[in-house]
Order: sequence, then C-alpha cells, then structure tokens
Amino acid sequence: MANARFRIVLAEDAVLLREGLVELLERFGHETVAAVGDSRDLIKAVEEHRPDIVVTDVRMPPDFNDDGLRSAMDLRARYPELAVLVLTQYAATAYAFELLESGEHSRGGLGYLLKDRIGGVAEFLAAIECVATGGTVIDPEVVRQLLRRGQMNEPLGRLSSREREVLGLMAEGKTNANIAAALCVSQPTVAKNIGSIFLKLGLSEDDGHRRVLAVLTYLRS
Amino acid sequence: MHWCHVLVISNPSADRRACADACPPDAAPLNCRQALTLGPRLLLTSGWPWRSLGYLSCGGAVVFLIMAAAMNGLIYVDNLPDYAQLMVVVVLAAATGMPVAAVERLRLRIVDTERVGNPHVAPDAPGLKAWLWLRIGEAATWREFSYAIALTAVLPLIDFGGVLLVGSVVILIAAPFLEPFVDLGPLIVFGHWHIATPLDRVLVVLVGLVLLPAAAYLVTALAAGRAAFVRLLLAPRESEVVARVQELTRSRIRLADAFEAERKRIERDLHDGAQQRLVGLIMTLGIVEHGLEEERSDRAVLVAKARKEAEGVLADLRELIRGIHPQLLTDRGVPAAVAEIADRSPVPVHVDITLPERLVSAVETVAYFAVKEALTNVVKHSGARRAWVTGCREGDRLVLCVGDDGVGGARPEDGRGLQGLADRVAVVGGRLKLLSPSGGPTELVVELPWRTPDSA
Repeated sequence: MANARFRIVLAEDAVLLREGLVELLERFGHETVAAVGDSRDLIKAVEEHRPDIVVTDVRMPPDFNDDGLRSAMDLRARYPELAVLVLTQYAATAYAFELLESGEHSRGGLGYLLKDRIGGVAEFLAAIECVATGGTVIDPEVVRQLLRRGQMNEPLGRLSSREREVLGLMAEGKTNANIAAALCVSQPTVAKNIGSIFLKLGLSEDDGHRRVLAVLTYLRS
Repeated sequence: MHWCHVLVISNPSADRRACADACPPDAAPLNCRQALTLGPRLLLTSGWPWRSLGYLSCGGAVVFLIMAAAMNGLIYVDNLPDYAQLMVVVVLAAATGMPVAAVERLRLRIVDTERVGNPHVAPDAPGLKAWLWLRIGEAATWREFSYAIALTAVLPLIDFGGVLLVGSVVILIAAPFLEPFVDLGPLIVFGHWHIATPLDRVLVVLVGLVLLPAAAYLVTALAAGRAAFVRLLLAPRESEVVARVQELTRSRIRLADAFEAERKRIERDLHDGAQQRLVGLIMTLGIVEHGLEEERSDRAVLVAKARKEAEGVLADLRELIRGIHPQLLTDRGVPAAVAEIADRSPVPVHVDITLPERLVSAVETVAYFAVKEALTNVVKHSGARRAWVTGCREGDRLVLCVGDDGVGGARPEDGRGLQGLADRVAVVGGRLKLLSPSGGPTELVVELPWRTPDSA
C-alpha cells in the first residue's frame, strides 16, 4: 500500500475522469501538481513541475490519436529519471512496446495499464508506487496477448504450466516476492522456477526493468 | 479449385450484348431479331410475332399522341406571328425528343428482353440551367430529337405497313366467318377476280393460311428493324457507358468513404462518451469497495460484484469499438493492426507484413478488414492448426496473402462473408483470389491498389 507521497502530473482529456483521478490520488496522499487535458500541456507541466511520475492517457488533443503516448515517450527520452504510467483503452502490444523501447537511457519506472485497473484501487496505487520507484508494470491483458503470440514459439512449449504462469507474472513486471505471493509459494521456489525458465529460453538473468524488457522482447519475437 | 476474381470496371451490358448477337442455337430468343432464326412452327407458336405486332401497333398510338399534343399546342399560338409560331414548333419538337425517347426505350422491351439504359448523364450541379446546358451539349439529346422527327415522319409507315399486312392475312383466313356481317366484295379483290363460289371461299382461306408464316416472319422482321433503329439512336453509346461506369465507380468510392467516416465517428463517440463514463463508474465503485474492505459485509460483496460487472461491460465495449474501427489501425497502420488480430486469434497466426510506407486510409481499412474476415473464416471453418499472413508491395499494388493448413474446400459462394469482402475490395479497385483445394491448404490473396484513383 502506498504510503509514500509522490508528486504527480496527470494528463487525461475527459474532464470527469480527470477530476475523479485527482480526487482518488489526493485521497491516498499523493500530490497532483498538475492535471492537464492536452498532450502539449503535459510537456509544459513536466518542464515546470518536474514530478516524480507522469500518469497519462494515450488518446488526447491536439490530434486525438496517440498524442499522449508520444508525449510520454518524448518525456522519457528527455528526463531519464522520470517515471511514466500510461493509462489506456487499448490492450495493444504495439503501443506497450513502443513505450518500453523509448528512452534508451531512461532509468525511470514504466507502466502500461488498461484504464479498468483504476477500479482495483489497492492494485492501482501499488502500480503507481512501483512505477514511481523505478519498477515496470505491464497490463495482464497485454501479457496474455504476448503469451498467445508465443504459442508458435517452440522453446516456450518446453515450459511447464507453472513456469508459464511465472513467466506471465514476470512480464507484468512483478518482483519475485509478488510472484511468490500471487502463486502462494515460497520465494526460493519462484527463484528456482525463474532460473529454469531463463535456462530453457536462453535468456540472461537480469533484474527489474531489464528483466521485464528481456522477457517481453523474447515473447514478441 | 475455385477462383473468385473481382474486377472493378467491367461492362456487363456490353458482354451480354456480344452474347445477344451470337445466341447459342438451343437457347430461347432474347429479342425478335433472334426469333427470326426459329423454324416456322416454333415462330408461330412463340409469342414473338404477336409481340412484334403489338410493338408496331402501339407505335402508331405514340405518334398519334404526339400529333394530338402538337395540334393542341398550335391552337394556343395561333394568334402569334408566323415566325414566332415556327419558333414554338421547333422548341416543342425538340422538347418532345426526351420523353418520346423514354417511352420508346420502355416500349422496346416488348420486342427485346434486354433493357436499354438511359444515355444521359446526371448533372453535377442542381438547377434547371445546369440541367439544360448539360442536355444541350449531349449527343444523346440530339439523337433523341432526330428520332422524334423520324417517328413523326417515316416510322409510322413501317408500323402501319406491318399492321396492314397482318390484318390482310387475318381477313383472308377469317373471310367465311366475316361474310355474314361485312360485305367482303370490295375488300378481297384480285384484279377482276372476287369471291363468288364456295370453292372461292375455301381457296381464300387456304391462301391466307399459306401466307400466315410469311406474315409472321415479315412482321417480326419489321419489328426487329424498328428495334435496331431505336437502339441505334436511343441506346447509350460505348463512351457514354464508360462515363456512366466511371461516375458509378466514383460515387461508390464516395459512399465507402462516407461509411468509413461514419464508423470513425461512432468509434470516437463511444470512446469519448460511454467508455470514459464507464471508467469513471468503475473508479467510483473501486473507491467504495476499498472503503468497505475491512467490513466483509454483504454490501462489500455487492459493490465488488458491481465493479466486476462494470469491468465486463467495459471489456465488451472495447471489443465492439475495435470491431467498428480499431484505433491502432489509424495510429500505426496495417502491420501493427494485423499483428493485433493475430494476437487475439485462437489459432496461432504468423504475421509477416513489410510495407515501405503507410497506405491511404481507405485502402488500409479494406486491407485490415479483409485480413480480419479471412482469419475469422480460418478459425470458424478450416480446422487449421496454424495460419499465416504475408503482405508486401508489388509495383503499385499491395498484395496480402492469408493462408492456413486446414481442410480446404472453401468456396466463394459459401456465406456472405467472402462476397461482402469481395465487394469491399472491389470498391477501392482491388481484387480477390481464393485458392482452396479440398484437403487444403487454403490461401486467400487480396490485391489492392497502393493508392485509390481519387487519392492520386
């Protein structure tokens, strides 16, 4: 549960939703330093306030296409420490990957979540905290699509069903402790599973964001 | 093997015309000209001589109506000076050309089953002036005018001749029956010979019967000649047909564009409206649920249930919106959007689409929905274990191929899906090819122009 107080810049063009989100974030102790409804204002607000984390919609003015996503990617490239959480209506792997691959030198956390997840308040706040502290969060729906794409991938077929579950949770950005809790097993068991997965898939054992990226990239290829 | 080719510009009426001139020997005649190739017994038992006779008879009626109208019109201008009267007559005559032609094209269907199209082009601008200038400039208008002149001057002679001929033969045959009522003396006279004895009566009937087939051929031939003349002057010429096809093609593209714009608008409205409000609802329920977390009451369970329901609705709505028009297609183009379809497919799909640049929006939409429809068919009907989609640019065309390792035997006429797809592809000037031998594999090849004619 988020006890840390983060300074947040929020970008969402639907007024009601924006106000609701501000209220939600303030209620749980975060400070919304700016709430904007336009992707150009988002850039300006970040320049001005230097927040801990940016929470942004994808489809926004001025063009109502992927303006929010493009602004987020620009910001990641310009501010290596900035954490970015993208809230979206599109469970499309293409957007998620563009975001993941943006900001080569960025050390800031990264999240790509469906807007539905706002309703699971505790998980949503946990996701904000995770991203704000440098973690990676990818929506389970996106991961599910990637795993399906991986069906044709022969080495993936060699994983046990438990290992595939662990792989999915890793792709969502869960830490070993989270995975252990989610599957009701001990952390050493998870560590063993992960070791086996990396061995079978021929991946190197990275940690944190790089681990997520490695797993997702593997699934996509 | 079944091939389904859809070519955008074809000219069905020209194709059928070619067939109409060289009718297969055993097929039923399509017009009175073909009926002339029938043997006497077949011709006499067919409806064609009667249709021809009817055609020629009502020709006279049309002329009579025109004359009556003209006479009537002249009464009103009687007190005008002569040159003004002449002007009025010329203008009236020219004006009759088009309605007369319309009636004549309609009347032609008595002796020709194939419709004659309207040779006129629809005006681009509204208003009488635009219409008038367009019509004056059209060759079709002047052909119709010349036909109207011929109709009042020469053609009634042919019509009347045909009717007279048949009438004579009928009178010969019916002579014995008519005799009690009519004095046939002045009617049936050959030189100095006239009906006198009972043998004469039999002779007259016999002559009539012998002349009957000849009259049938003659009246049919006269009608055929008339019909050919009507076609010559009143049917659209080749260039007019092409202009018409082009106009239709353009209007079809406009229609498809309007349809596309409408889909985008619905998608945007749903995204900005219902979808955002549902997210708001889910968020509010989530906050309530969070507040009740400690409680473990029925209330908390119900709120949690309500949130799950709302999330289900949002997921359904998302699917619906994707089906209407996927945003990913607008943002990232065909390769990414097709990859997304593949990600959602229960049958594993390998996607390999490499395009040098974005396509025009109309073509992108058709390409996307073509692949989507094809993959839906793969999942529904093929029983395939895997499928693949390839796409590349070949010259000025985009070539997409959707294949699967299923049972094959797919036919274009099965279901509306493929036909609808062929129609959509045809709108932008593309074509579709289905290769599906029994036992598989099935391949659907979609060829689309890199640019639509209007976007160039």
